[in-house]
Amino acid sequence: MNALTLVSVSKSFPSAEGRVEVLRGVSLTVPQGSAHALTGESGSGKSTLLHIAAGLELADAGRVLIGESDLTAADEAGRAALRRGQVGLIFQQFNLIPSLTVAANLGFQARLAARHDAGFITHLAERLGVADLMTRYPEQLSGGQQQRVAIGRCLAARPALVLADEPTGALDEATGDRVLDLMLDLTAETGAALLLVTHSPRLAARCGTRHHLRAGQLEQAP
Amino acid sequence: MIRATLSALLSHWVRNKLQLAMLLAGLALATALWSGVQALNTEARSAYATAEALLSEGETARLEHRSGQVSLSDFLTLRQAGWLVSPILEGRLTLGEARVTLIGIEPLTAPPGAGPALAAEDLSRFFAGHGFAHPQTLREIGPHTPDLQSSEAVPVGTVLVDIGTAQRLLETDQLSALTLGQTQPEGLRPLETLTPDLRLIPPGEGAELAGLTDSFHLNLTAFGLLAFAVGLFIVHSAVGLAFEQRRAMFRTLRALGLPLRHLTACLAAELLVFALVAGTIGLVLGYALATLLMPDVALTLRGLYGAPVPGALAFNPLWALAGLAMALGGTALAGAQALWRLWRLPLLAPAQPRAWAHASARGLRLQTGLAAALALLAMFLALRGTGLVAGFTLLAAVLLAAALTVPLVLTVLLRLAERAARGPLTEWFWADSRQNLPRLSLALMALMLALAANIGVGTMVASFRATFIDWLDLRLVAEVNVMPRSAEEASALRAFLTPRTEGILPMQRVDAQLASQPAQIYAMKDHATFRDNWPLIDPVPGVWDRLAAGEGVLVNEQLYRRAGLLAGDMLDIPQAGSLPVLGAYPDYGNPLAQAVLALPLFNEVWPETPIRQFAVRTDNATELIAALQDDFGLSPAQITDQAQAKEISLAIFERTFLITRALNVLTLSVAALALFAALVTLAGMRLAQLAPLWALGLTPRQLAGLELTRALVLGALTMLLALPVGLMLAQVLLAVINVQAFGWRLPMQIFPDDWARLGLWAALAILAAASLPALRLWRHGPAQLLRVFAAER
Repeated sequence: MNALTLVSVSKSFPSAEGRVEVLRGVSLTVPQGSAHALTGESGSGKSTLLHIAAGLELADAGRVLIGESDLTAADEAGRAALRRGQVGLIFQQFNLIPSLTVAANLGFQARLAARHDAGFITHLAERLGVADLMTRYPEQLSGGQQQRVAIGRCLAARPALVLADEPTGALDEATGDRVLDLMLDLTAETGAALLLVTHSPRLAARCGTRHHLRAGQLEQAP
Repeated sequence: MIRATLSALLSHWVRNKLQLAMLLAGLALATALWSGVQALNTEARSAYATAEALLSEGETARLEHRSGQVSLSDFLTLRQAGWLVSPILEGRLTLGEARVTLIGIEPLTAPPGAGPALAAEDLSRFFAGHGFAHPQTLREIGPHTPDLQSSEAVPVGTVLVDIGTAQRLLETDQLSALTLGQTQPEGLRPLETLTPDLRLIPPGEGAELAGLTDSFHLNLTAFGLLAFAVGLFIVHSAVGLAFEQRRAMFRTLRALGLPLRHLTACLAAELLVFALVAGTIGLVLGYALATLLMPDVALTLRGLYGAPVPGALAFNPLWALAGLAMALGGTALAGAQALWRLWRLPLLAPAQPRAWAHASARGLRLQTGLAAALALLAMFLALRGTGLVAGFTLLAAVLLAAALTVPLVLTVLLRLAERAARGPLTEWFWADSRQNLPRLSLALMALMLALAANIGVGTMVASFRATFIDWLDLRLVAEVNVMPRSAEEASALRAFLTPRTEGILPMQRVDAQLASQPAQIYAMKDHATFRDNWPLIDPVPGVWDRLAAGEGVLVNEQLYRRAGLLAGDMLDIPQAGSLPVLGAYPDYGNPLAQAVLALPLFNEVWPETPIRQFAVRTDNATELIAALQDDFGLSPAQITDQAQAKEISLAIFERTFLITRALNVLTLSVAALALFAALVTLAGMRLAQLAPLWALGLTPRQLAGLELTRALVLGALTMLLALPVGLMLAQVLLAVINVQAFGWRLPMQIFPDDWARLGLWAALAILAAASLPALRLWRHGPAQLLRVFAAER
């Protein structure tokens, strides 16, 4: 079964020179439990594709399925419910909730999705190396620590699909590698599918399947 | 370099036009309220000066009789003896459609400077019965004007005529006073020998208006200052947030080589320009506001103190300069902290809210310390302070201490709520509210001040109103009041009324000085009307019997409190000797000191005092009034029934607090604007905090609802805090300020209905303030929130 299916998705944006087509009939499937990487140059539409996959943005044409649920047919509330229950998002700038402690951040999405499991969160915190930081606030953490908490927050809700947008973009290479290792290990451990957006071919190579976005169309990466 | 820097700094405002509008609106409103109130005060004070100049009261000594009436023979006696005296007659009468003060002078003998300068041709017309009045008075009198000439030198509500004309119009052959020329020939017989019944009023003492109205103006000034302070909260908040938003820009500019001194100077110049622009707008608004309120202020001052204040406003350049200086000073005050922080912050301090949060935490500690110091000062003043200035300082200390504690108390309350919360969203809600508190705290402090002022002043006015109405019912028990025009008419009236009524209570009065204060001494007939109805403060046992026996005096509450009298204390009554105080009676609305003597004793001391009024007790007022008019031939103007008297008293009361109420509403509006400014500014910064929640599965509608709820919850908590502060304020107003300013103390009454109404208004104001940012989030949420993630690369 596919965790994510994109069928002929198109998207364009208005600009001073007229409409710019960012995605031109992109089709993609991400089966359950697989890890896919999406590369492309800056402005190639990688993030737009990810945002459309998460229901943060709407496609002009085409269909998006999360599992068997049609995201394109859902209204804002329906898309939010799908995100809450089935999708986990990891961002470049971590986007932790600054007013909550590490512990509260870790459990936040799981509680929203009514899948809170204290034991699992403790296990995740230990695996991510943040078990000693549970009472701290995000601004008291380093970038690497914050991203590990963001990964934990995402996985604690046991999503079927993890969408990660340049998750190591704000980290140094060594820290980035460690964070990616953890992400790959834990998604594999929880059985979640992963779509990783990155501009780094080196990181993309760590995923089982690679796609490259060029001129708004998807091509198999070399 | 400067140009480039300025263009970079100003680009922030180009992109944040609403924030700029809020900053300018806050400063403009603060200046408007302050300068508006000052315009009212300046205008009123200049009117008092005109009134005093008309009769040269400030420079000329006067001779007056205790009864308020001087005979023509006294004038002639003094003139024949060589004294340079000039007669004055003052009285009230209805001319056309207006009730005016008529002043009669004798221009040939009047001291130089008294009255408008009269040209030779004017003089002849003056003697022929023509007079002078202010253009506004002429308009008020209407088309049926006697031959009056317009003159700006005459106070509003006053008509200046020749003494003969005045005597004819007022139907009297008496005079009110004699003015004494500043230089007199030498070797004259002393005044005491020539006219022993007349008392000499030294220059300046007759001019009591400025002194009497001081407390009224101080009240207005205090309110203006409060409104200005609330406005400054907006400016402080807007400037602070603009600095915070531009921190990254400051860092970049400095990293690019701009010296800190230049950056600070550019920011100070930016503030200066804002202050000048907003100050000018504020002056225009303030002038408009003052023009709008002036008629009510004039009515209040005329009603309360008989002060001749015009209902229109004149432009005063000094006032405009002072208003602008206030705007500049206020901006400097509001921007100083932000500039100081910028000056002190290291170049590489992270351009993130955390640096600001650290500064906020320090600020919170400092604020709490300051609040504690102010609370101590308030306690000291409450225990030891005396005088009106101490009273207002106490008020300011209480309000400021309470306002400064708002962030701390709210932090504690939100922390408690966070601990009690179950569920991720409620936990986040409380934690996030607490985290954003520093950015909203200034607006919430302003809201707390405005709400507390509303509750305090509202409670004071409502307590006063309730007490005043009860008191009026007790005090105005006589069904009909009749005013005789002469001693003969008084005797005839007494004879006419005696068989037709159940009691006739004559009203006689002399002016005097009691405990070094201008005062009036009244005669009181021993009657059940007083014994049964007059509420007394601190009476001695058998007070009415002792008063009737001439064994003491009653004093009004004003004199009682101002002179610090106690029952049994001896009070020196001129000509009557020293008499014990038997008790005090409430006398709301009267600025003067007053004492009451038994009628027989009064007539023994001042036998010639005319009867000014009869208070008549009757079962059938309508029949009596008809008989007085039809059978006795009294004019309707000489008769007042009880309902009319109450109506007049209540109207004066309502007017007294009209301005207070208007300023109350304006202050609350400014506070709502402060909140709106803070929420709008915050809305842009909130996106980064809300975007992750959207990504985690909350809809923009839910987020907007939460934002709205947060504003309401914070508003409700602020209202809860404002309640005890408001009551404390009411207590200070009732027990300290009113006693000092007006001389009466009132029991505090609680009006929960009013609080509920205020709460509702506040909720509406908060909803109005919060709905635009919330609506924006709801309607344009996805596009706005997506930008947060898009901006990451």
